[in-house]
Amino acid sequence: MSQFDLKIAIGGAAGQGIASVGNILAWIFARRGLHVLAYNAYQSIIRGGHTYLTIRTSDDPVTTHGDTVDILICLNQDTIDRHLVNLRAGSFVIFDEDKIKPGDVPDGVQVCGLPVKDLAKNPTNKRLSNTIATGAALYLAGFDIDPLVDSLEKQFSRKGPEVVAENLGSAQAGFDFAREHFSPLAGEIPDKRPGLPVISGNDALAMGGAAAGVKFYCAYPMSPATGVLHWMARNGPDLGIVVRQVEDEIGVITMAIGAAHAGVRAMCATSGGGFALMTEGIGFAAMTETPIVVINVQRAGPSTGVPTKTEQGDLWQMLGASQGDFPRIIVAPTDIADCFTTIPEIFNVADKLQCPAMVLTDLLISEGTGTVDPGVFKWDQKIDRGELITTSNGSNGDGPYLRYKITDNGISPRAIPGLDGYIHVAASDEQDENSILISDEFTNPLKRQAMVEKRGRKMASAKAMIPAPQLEGSPDAGLTLLGWGSTKGVLREARALLEADGVAANHLQIKWMVPLHDEEIMAILSKSKKVFIIENNYSGQFARYLRSETSFMADGHIRKYDGEPLQPHHVVDGVKELLKGESTLYVPTHEIMV
Amino acid sequence: MAAVTTAERPTITAKDFQGPVDPDWCPGCGDFGVLNSLKKTLAELGKAPHEVITVSGIGCSSNLPGFIHTYGMHTLHGRSIPVATGLQLANHDLTVVVTGGDGDGYGIGVGHLIHAMRRNVNLLYIVMNNEIYGLTTGQTSPTSLIGMQTKSNPEGNLDMPLNPLAMAISGGATWVGRGFSGEPKQLGQLMKAGMEHNGFSLLDVFSPCVTYNKDQTYPFFKERVKKLEDNGHDPSDWRQALEKAFTWSDEEIPIGLFFENRDRPALHETEPVLRKGGPLALRPLGISPKQGQALVDKLM
Ligand SMILES: Cc1ncc(C[n+]2csc(CCOP(=O)(O)OP(=O)(O)O)c2C)c(N)n1
Ligand code: SF4
Ligand SMILES: [Mg+2]
Repeated sequence: MSQFDLKIAIGGAAGQGIASVGNILAWIFARRGLHVLAYNAYQSIIRGGHTYLTIRTSDDPVTTHGDTVDILICLNQDTIDRHLVNLRAGSFVIFDEDKIKPGDVPDGVQVCGLPVKDLAKNPTNKRLSNTIATGAALYLAGFDIDPLVDSLEKQFSRKGPEVVAENLGSAQAGFDFAREHFSPLAGEIPDKRPGLPVISGNDALAMGGAAAGVKFYCAYPMSPATGVLHWMARNGPDLGIVVRQVEDEIGVITMAIGAAHAGVRAMCATSGGGFALMTEGIGFAAMTETPIVVINVQRAGPSTGVPTKTEQGDLWQMLGASQGDFPRIIVAPTDIADCFTTIPEIFNVADKLQCPAMVLTDLLISEGTGTVDPGVFKWDQKIDRGELITTSNGSNGDGPYLRYKITDNGISPRAIPGLDGYIHVAASDEQDENSILISDEFTNPLKRQAMVEKRGRKMASAKAMIPAPQLEGSPDAGLTLLGWGSTKGVLREARALLEADGVAANHLQIKWMVPLHDEEIMAILSKSKKVFIIENNYSGQFARYLRSETSFMADGHIRKYDGEPLQPHHVVDGVKELLKGESTLYVPTHEIMV
Repeated sequence: MAAVTTAERPTITAKDFQGPVDPDWCPGCGDFGVLNSLKKTLAELGKAPHEVITVSGIGCSSNLPGFIHTYGMHTLHGRSIPVATGLQLANHDLTVVVTGGDGDGYGIGVGHLIHAMRRNVNLLYIVMNNEIYGLTTGQTSPTSLIGMQTKSNPEGNLDMPLNPLAMAISGGATWVGRGFSGEPKQLGQLMKAGMEHNGFSLLDVFSPCVTYNKDQTYPFFKERVKKLEDNGHDPSDWRQALEKAFTWSDEEIPIGLFFENRDRPALHETEPVLRKGGPLALRPLGISPKQGQALVDKLM
């Protein structure tokens, strides 16, 4: 496990500047080459409420925001009232002692009340209390002040030298106050390494789209997917990506399908409610065999649900999206970096198979922000458009062009409209090879059967296009932690914690949901004495899916559905409880009230 | 797409647009007239079939793309407009004609229609308005008149009919016309003008459903329609246009070009990425490593 592992939490009301404190700290850590992961617990309000940002930094990659807090920065009374109880001995709580009263302090917690009135360099600038707290936190974490100076200069230079000076002075005052009264946390700060890029999952999805050659992006705003739209809107014009905000999600998906049919790579993103509106469009893409990539960033549902909270509750919605029976691709990226990598991968599969492809992610990683290895950002991606015809010499050369030609692998060469010699209609109604609607003649059951089978055959080649999941840890551990999508990081850490406690386990994370590498998965699971499935939903959507595909029944389940993500100790406690053999279901209770 | 100059083009006739199957519409259906006029107009404009894409929703009228030899997309019920918008933005060299019915465009799809008009997407939208749901065997449509008895309103329709022309004029459409399939000559002229117009053109067409609408029949319209061009209507005047859009009586139901605004650019002319560089669909994919690196640098 890592040598250096620091967790800072900042709490306050929306609008109090939590994000900027968080950004400054994340930037300082990332610029030193430390790995960072930030998770923000918040509500769907613009001002007020309670926002709680956790930043974890380490010399090893950070895969989860973790269990504990070393430094708690309280920007209001509410934060200290809610979170002080969760602090452990040795940790610090920082607050403005003129305004906030700590109440009962747990044993061993070090109370750093800042006399903000005395320390602030300009009494009328309310935000200076944040800067003072940041200075104090940095000292207590064991850092020197230089990177904070750089960061504040960068942030405030546009506002003029006076604002810069009062921020620098206040940061120094906070730093010095902490130095005079406390000694910093134990733990050596690692040597400086090359800086790391910091990115959110939503931005990574959007950038992955740019790398994949997306030329048309459209969306209707919906948390927690809106970040993708914002990135695209900011960067699209420079990158040659047309970005449109559309009137609703039905319009979004059908517009994207129109663009894709014309020959561009088109993408759209939404959350579960918007995806529900898109479902008829998914079937339309399937029937017209139009490759399209749709991202669903899950929030806690059903209905409008909890807009700013996370869940893995939409798997069956994706599996069952749209009427009828047709091939589709579903992938669940496993971390922020994977959000980038997945998009070019899935576009190639969608183009080759000419079918709808869906990315199923969630608030945890889409709004989570962290450092990624810069090597992840590959711009010379292999773009494989499959059997796409984009030029013409006036004829198909080979008799009349059949858009839906029946082939052994089910894939029919796809010509873009505008080419001489390839005229065809792509229809929502069932159609024959030559795109004539079956119901325009008589509903020929044999033709219908042939077309269903042609589309269905495409899936036979799908598995070979994507990698099978890989087991982490020893195959002989006897216990497998099985998860899917965004829970990879927390399960990885939970496994390490379990091993430290003498509980041997390995870990299998599933990314590609459809097609599912059923045989490879079963080969791994059959070596385990016990398999526990861990997921962020109530009914065990993945457990049920795996059972439907393989008949496999897991020995135990850990399920969390309170809106907050799993923390490592939830999994550790759950595994220990399940190992007692007294029950097959463990539901953790979230301790942090956010 | 090799550019073909007009000189080397073989002469194009309506026959070149003859579809692979004959329409399965009821004999006498108004939609035949619309299809014929459309084929003639495309030929008159010298369009080659592969330069045109016909996009529709679902309904009797929406079956049209199957009956004409052009590229086509026969989409979901009510969704022809966003599909066509995506197509047009991805390849603005295509001539985009959208065809459909009153249920498709003014009922289930009206939310998209109003926004497409606002956006001034360059396409011609032909609505075969028969004031009924034909394909589903005769239910009330958004343009059914009050009191009309249908299978879904045996006691008579209670809802005020939607006024598509007034909606379009006030909604931002830059070209608004109405034709009648019983007036093929004028219908062809309107289609031609609508197609030549740069921006969103709505062409509402009285296209009688001889099977399910016993009220708005050919004789009903024949007796009442009056051509705007015969009465000195000025289509550049939106007030006059609106007044005409609200004119509906036994003496006069106006047909012709109601409104036209030639000043507004079409969406693909204002969209920053499309302003120059040719059709999106023909541009190379991906971004350069230099552009990519600049994006990563912003994250440091
Ligand atoms: C989502 C959806 N709802 C309902 C239908 C059934 N449906 C097919 S066509 C139609 C009405 C068509 O009316 P209109 O657009 O006026 O076309 P017409 O047949 O009169 O030409 C309906 C309700 C459908 N295909 N899809
Ligand atoms: S039902 Fe009506 S609209 Fe449909 S084809 Fe017959 S006449 Fe035409
Ligand atoms: Mg109708």
